[in-house]
Amino acid sequence: MELYRKPAMIQETISCEVVVGMQQGLHARPADLLAREARKWRSRIELVAKSQRVDGKSILEVLTLAAEAGTRLVVEATGPDAREAVEAIGGLFERNFNEQTSDG
Amino acid sequence: MKFSDFVAVDSLHSNVEADTKEGVIREMAQSLVDAGKIAASELESIVKAIMKREDLGSTGIGRGVAVPHTKHPSVHRLVGTVAVSHGGVNFESLDGEPVQLFFLLVSPPDRPGDHLRALENISRQLRDESFCKLLKAAKSPADIQHLLEEADGHGVVS
Repeated sequence: MELYRKPAMIQETISCEVVVGMQQGLHARPADLLAREARKWRSRIELVAKSQRVDGKSILEVLTLAAEAGTRLVVEATGPDAREAVEAIGGLFERNFNEQTSDG
Repeated sequence: MKFSDFVAVDSLHSNVEADTKEGVIREMAQSLVDAGKIAASELESIVKAIMKREDLGSTGIGRGVAVPHTKHPSVHRLVGTVAVSHGGVNFESLDGEPVQLFFLLVSPPDRPGDHLRALENISRQLRDESFCKLLKAAKSPADIQHLLEEADGHGVVS
């Protein structure tokens, strides 16, 4: 008989601060990209703004932030792949969701 | 921002006839022309711009709702309209579901904040499932108007 040990689930919480760099703010297209990326990970992913905390996997929730250009947000993930999730989402902000930063 | 800040009440549409994405967008834009909110001469340009935005990724955000929109230099303030399709329209939504509820927005290019606050209002209200359900069941423009007013009344003014 073979015995397997189930690896302990690591429930790490990782966060990082990001800034909305897009001229148009966190509008529908980046919100969609963000929610899609967030749904790839098993961790719970939340975006924290000054006065609210929303589920990063829901585009509706992300849009309720109405985060304009220059807004600071915290991306927080809790779960087995928290670090990778935060890195991936932080990367989207760093690349400005592949949008131009100045209005064109 | 409230619905009454951007939704043109004379343009509400409770029974969209079109069954294609472009058809719905055209019908809604036409109702904004009829309500005097956008110029007839700009209709084609606005429809084209909204379709171009859809090509970047559908604005069908799930739950049977879509928010087609564009910036357009011909408007000086944010204008919007709401339409209901009882049959539902394939909008290539994020969740693959047909769309019955449409919020169309046209905003001046230099006012990204207003556009964001309109999206914020729409998405916040849509988290209320009964609001969503009642809007989809609206039988007349007056039904839509009452629901929007009710949402404005209960919502937090921002």
